[in-house]
Amino acid sequence: MFHVTTEPLSVQQVNDLVKRPTDGAVVTFDGIVRNNFDGRPVRYLEYEAYAAMAENKMAEIGAEVKQKFAIGEIAMVHRIGRLEIGESSIVIAVAAPHRHAAFEACAYAMDRVKAAVPVWKKEFFADGADHWVNQN
Amino acid sequence: MQITVKLFALMREKTGTDTILLDVPAGAALRQAVAMLVCQYPMLEPYIANTRFSLHMDFVDLGTILAEGDELALIPPVSGGA
Repeated sequence: MFHVTTEPLSVQQVNDLVKRPTDGAVVTFDGIVRNNFDGRPVRYLEYEAYAAMAENKMAEIGAEVKQKFAIGEIAMVHRIGRLEIGESSIVIAVAAPHRHAAFEACAYAMDRVKAAVPVWKKEFFADGADHWVNQN
Repeated sequence: MQITVKLFALMREKTGTDTILLDVPAGAALRQAVAMLVCQYPMLEPYIANTRFSLHMDFVDLGTILAEGDELALIPPVSGGA
């Protein structure tokens, strides 16, 4: 499952999507909204997506990861809209027969998301300023 | 012919819109459409060098030939994940 949503994410739900009796490992990445940007206090974030393309790209990455690593299922869900400190912005779960492939595949998938999925983050700082990450 | 241009994030805010209908000559390449877009919306100019473009949910290069009704998206540097 590859999905963009405005709803709060459930790590357990994404985990359950990939579990199979043949897989002895599930590795889950839970991306969390941090309270600072290089030490500057952040109040909250907003994520925006080109949702249809983002879901397409995540599915492409999922297919690529399955080719590259000895894994079973992979799922990723990205949240958009306003997110508070401590909330999850993305959850990626990878199941595999053995743990090494699951760890590696999960890390690789997250790196690919950061490079190729059209989602943008805006940070709102405690001092009232805001900025789009990487766009100025 | 007419194409639809989708804007996101900072470029959406700078122009004040997320969708622009753009008239371009039949058979125009993406490069030409972008030049016409920047002519009409000069505030986009500083960001174009760091922008990727997509058609039909896939990244394309500036030489791509456009068709009537295409949805062209301007994709600034992405910053998803955590």
